[in-house]
Amino acid sequence: MGRAFLFGDNIDTDLLAPGYAMKLPPEELARHCLEAIDPSFAAVVRRGDVVVAGRNFGLGSSREQAAVSLKLLGVSAVLAVSFARIFYRNAINLGLPAIILPLACEIEAGDELSIDPEAGRVENLTQARGYDVAPIPSHLMAMIRDGGLMPHLKRRLSIRGAGVPE
Amino acid sequence: MRRRATLVEKVIARATGKTSVRAGDIVTARVDLAFAHDSSGPRRWKPMLAELGAGVWDPAKVAIVSDHYAPAVDAESAEILKLTREFAREHGVANFFDMAGICHLVLPEHGLIRPGAFIAGGDSHTPMAGAFGAYAAGYGATDMAAIIATGETWLSVPETIRVEWSGAFMRGVTAKDVMLFLCRELGLDNAFRAIEYGGDTVASMSMAERMVLCNMAAELGADTGVIAPDDVTFAYLAERGAPVIDEAAARAVASDPDAKYCAVHRFDATALEPQIAAPHSPDNTSPAASFDGVRIEQAYIGACVGAKLSDLHMAAEVLHGRKIAPGVRLLIAPASSKTTEAAAGDGTLAILMAAGATLLPSGCGACAGMGAGLLADGDVCISSTNRNFQGRMGHAGASVYLGSPYSVAAAAVAGSIIDPRRLLSEAG
Ligand code: SF4
Repeated sequence: MGRAFLFGDNIDTDLLAPGYAMKLPPEELARHCLEAIDPSFAAVVRRGDVVVAGRNFGLGSSREQAAVSLKLLGVSAVLAVSFARIFYRNAINLGLPAIILPLACEIEAGDELSIDPEAGRVENLTQARGYDVAPIPSHLMAMIRDGGLMPHLKRRLSIRGAGVPE
Repeated sequence: MRRRATLVEKVIARATGKTSVRAGDIVTARVDLAFAHDSSGPRRWKPMLAELGAGVWDPAKVAIVSDHYAPAVDAESAEILKLTREFAREHGVANFFDMAGICHLVLPEHGLIRPGAFIAGGDSHTPMAGAFGAYAAGYGATDMAAIIATGETWLSVPETIRVEWSGAFMRGVTAKDVMLFLCRELGLDNAFRAIEYGGDTVASMSMAERMVLCNMAAELGADTGVIAPDDVTFAYLAERGAPVIDEAAARAVASDPDAKYCAVHRFDATALEPQIAAPHSPDNTSPAASFDGVRIEQAYIGACVGAKLSDLHMAAEVLHGRKIAPGVRLLIAPASSKTTEAAAGDGTLAILMAAGATLLPSGCGACAGMGAGLLADGDVCISSTNRNFQGRMGHAGASVYLGSPYSVAAAAVAGSIIDPRRLLSEAG
């Protein structure tokens, strides 16, 4: 469960992980996440909170630090009308649920949200309404269940034996 | 009968070992070339490969290019570059390019981008390689580490949007203007789709201009941009000592005439004017003339998309015999060291320097917000790069306008944005 932080359309990777701060260690880079449009975001966001946005969230560069920064700040999920492809992959690979919610605009800042990514359900406790969202494809659920792409791959490689790819 | 297929479906089918795939299928592809740069590559892969207990699956199919932090500007960037060099050496990655320029140009310059290949790049502008008829998509670091360890990745086969241009451009209009125009027309939200460019305008473009179209498919949010290989493609590769042996097979990767597209858009190249994208998004586009008089402090010619030899030639056409306006900084970071060498050899650099330009090293530089040429609060810049997101080139309070090298050079001379055709016609 967490509070909603609202952002608009086209939140790009330079807003999420500014270039000038990209050489900092991940925890320090995360403190600059979204600072250009919401200077207090990194300081006030708490574990479990949810980022809610419009169309094309995460467009721009392939930098995974965009998703890493949100995760390090404790963000539990991103709800958006649509996602840029690389950000979507990066988020899922890290086990950060990226959930497509066409009616994201109904959510207001500070609303208490409860999200079940496996069941495909978003509850807005403040407004007492809920949304069915698209189920995450099964090949991605397998990865998420393993804890992300790295643990998933580790398991697969150890099954094949000593890191030898097929 | 074989199912009709798009270029993208054909490349993916081959890479997955299937006879055919269809848009929407979720498949696992074997990668023909995996590459990354100093920011997205070894420094991120190293701990992940260690965790997996895995090495590089096939060093001959991997390329690494140091461009984001090259040359080093401080101790941290120097460390990143050192780690990158050591990784390439330790893992036997022979295709390692240090101080050679920006990955998306350096790889084709060395003949490494092949028609029909499945290419995974650790950078969002990987689609630039699609100009050669490859499926080339960008991936984040964890995806890339998995590819480096196993040589494969999953994907959902994208639908294809066909974009056709017909007719000849007016003088002063370029592929860059096409893309700024398309960002406005098609929007930036085309995830899980590929853009296929065609029509006689595209057929008569050089590889350098085709690369601009495919590079900025990334701005459209597409998986990739593609152009069917033809004589222009084969001539480019042959000139770089890497000819395509079976040209008929390479041509056969083109979309079937009755292939299924999710949309087809047709545009008239003869009507296109020079375009400028205003801050802070590449889709914030209008004809250059509508920004007439917007004062600038900096003009930047750089990036994979906007500092190839032909881009420097465009700038030189405008700057020949002229001087940049007082108070304007014109910074030029050629996209590769081969570009700098060629521009020095053919007299282009002399024209640019005589006009008052400052030459910067080849690399991502200010485009990535990491190298030389960054902006201060309140600075206004016109740039030949591909993105003008807030804060990308320095301070969040800076404003960046995007345009072709013609538009950037013209603004440097005028001290404010103008339609570059005004200076080109004067130049005759
Ligand atoms: S020049 Fe700019 S757009 Fe091109 S790879 Fe470098 S940072 Fe990316």
